[in-house]
Amino acid sequence: MTNATQLCVKGTAMRLTYIAGLAGVALGASAVAGVAGPTRAGGTVSGTVTYTGTPPKMKTIDMSKEPSCAKQHTTPALTETVVAGPGNTLADVVVYISAGDQGSTTPTQSARLDQKGCQYLPHTLVVQTGQTFDIYNDDETSHNIHPLPRPNGGNNEWNKSQPPGTPPIQTSWAKTEFIPVKCNVHPWMHGYHVVLATSHYALTGADGSFSLAGLPPGKYTVTAWQEHFGVQSQDVTITGSETVPIKFVFKATPY
Amino acid sequence: MRHHSAVGALTGLGMLLLVAGVATGAAQESHIGNLTGHAASGQKLYKRFCIGCHGPDGDGNGENAQWIDPKPRDFTAALFKCRSTPTGTLPTDQDLFNAMSRGFVTTNMPIWEPLAAQNRADLVAYVKTFSPRFTTEKAGVSITIPPEPAISIDGILRGRQTFQKMECWKCHGPAGHGDGPSASTLTDSKDNPIRPYNFAAGTTRFMCGANNQDIYRDFMTGLDGSPMPSFADQLQPAEAWDLVHFLRTLQPLDTPEARIWRQWVATHGKDLKPIGPDNGQ
Repeated sequence: MTNATQLCVKGTAMRLTYIAGLAGVALGASAVAGVAGPTRAGGTVSGTVTYTGTPPKMKTIDMSKEPSCAKQHTTPALTETVVAGPGNTLADVVVYISAGDQGSTTPTQSARLDQKGCQYLPHTLVVQTGQTFDIYNDDETSHNIHPLPRPNGGNNEWNKSQPPGTPPIQTSWAKTEFIPVKCNVHPWMHGYHVVLATSHYALTGADGSFSLAGLPPGKYTVTAWQEHFGVQSQDVTITGSETVPIKFVFKATPY
Repeated sequence: MRHHSAVGALTGLGMLLLVAGVATGAAQESHIGNLTGHAASGQKLYKRFCIGCHGPDGDGNGENAQWIDPKPRDFTAALFKCRSTPTGTLPTDQDLFNAMSRGFVTTNMPIWEPLAAQNRADLVAYVKTFSPRFTTEKAGVSITIPPEPAISIDGILRGRQTFQKMECWKCHGPAGHGDGPSASTLTDSKDNPIRPYNFAAGTTRFMCGANNQDIYRDFMTGLDGSPMPSFADQLQPAEAWDLVHFLRTLQPLDTPEARIWRQWVATHGKDLKPIGPDNGQ
């Protein structure tokens, strides 16, 4: 269980850095809900995302070629392909309504993505189609932001440089997609822009929990996406203001 | 008489192609200056000249592709390095025409100027049919390149600072030899290894054209599909021109920039801070 313990410690450390990096931004809670306002009418789907088996061990990132980033990490940063927490929970899983959504509007508020310590915070950025988001470079080094959507899917690949101290880059995505993003200067930098049509989504924190509130009565498909393990879906029916508990369990293999 | 019938025949052909164009959409055509290229004609030329590398489906998987590095362009992805348009946008027809005509030094893509301009225009029209983006999207708007200022040592030195500040050296190396700290890790958007440009590689081996305007365009549009990003949001036109003039000094050529630079370095070189992590800026 040494691996799991390391992963869990890392998970906590990640969250702390994350919160520090995003002070004042309403992110970093155990689950990041896409819907503002806790007292919306309707039902709720909530639960946790966990794994069985052995997840791949995250690798230590060697940032020695970028001392200004290396010095920001008291313990060496780890890759974030699978971020596991205590009790086999999975962080950075996007749980969302993939079918049955009865109307979502594009938020007017921009989302925020930070590049800090040569990592993406959050590692998985969730936005809605057409929602703007601002990409900040908080480091003392140049980054290039290079999202890699699939060709001809309606989102176009681009690649922009962002030296330190320059204004944020504001952008958005037109179509739903799970878009890998990288920085070519720092090859270990890897993240995702998850573009959803629905406003009913959550990004799990270290405790693996999620909650999708404010669902009007109806039938829904709830999908959980993890960048390494893929997707799982479950159908739920909401009849009133009840809370429907569901669980997602991914089968983990070390490779 | 002969002239007359030839015009008649051409007009007839034009009518036919016009009908075809209307039926299948504007993406079947290309417009380069006064030339209009037609995909139907381009298809025949493609099968003769291009298919061996770029493949029957235009995806860069022709029978020769396995022997070629860098790989032939995958037209289905509609990602093109040499554009006049901002990063993330489609190239203009003229961009594709220029790229084909120019060929790509350092790759297996030859110069296609021996083909008549009309043939090349037809090929551009056909190449565009491989991606639906050319029917659903317009080409980007070509960036404006203001007139080149006079070369000066002050400009070159400012350009050198920009090379440091924009961290060009991270990939291209402190001396522009393509050996920066990130160089060995670079991959293109298909995960194939790719090298940053080595300015010392010699003569005029710039992929997207060798004059100063071409170099200006390279870093202001970025080379899409490669690690080279766009600096359009970061550099003012004057800064960009200074950078072009500095980049010229990295080449082992007798350019006006290099002459001014070498003269200055001969007397002031010892005061220069090195490019790279020890610059102290």
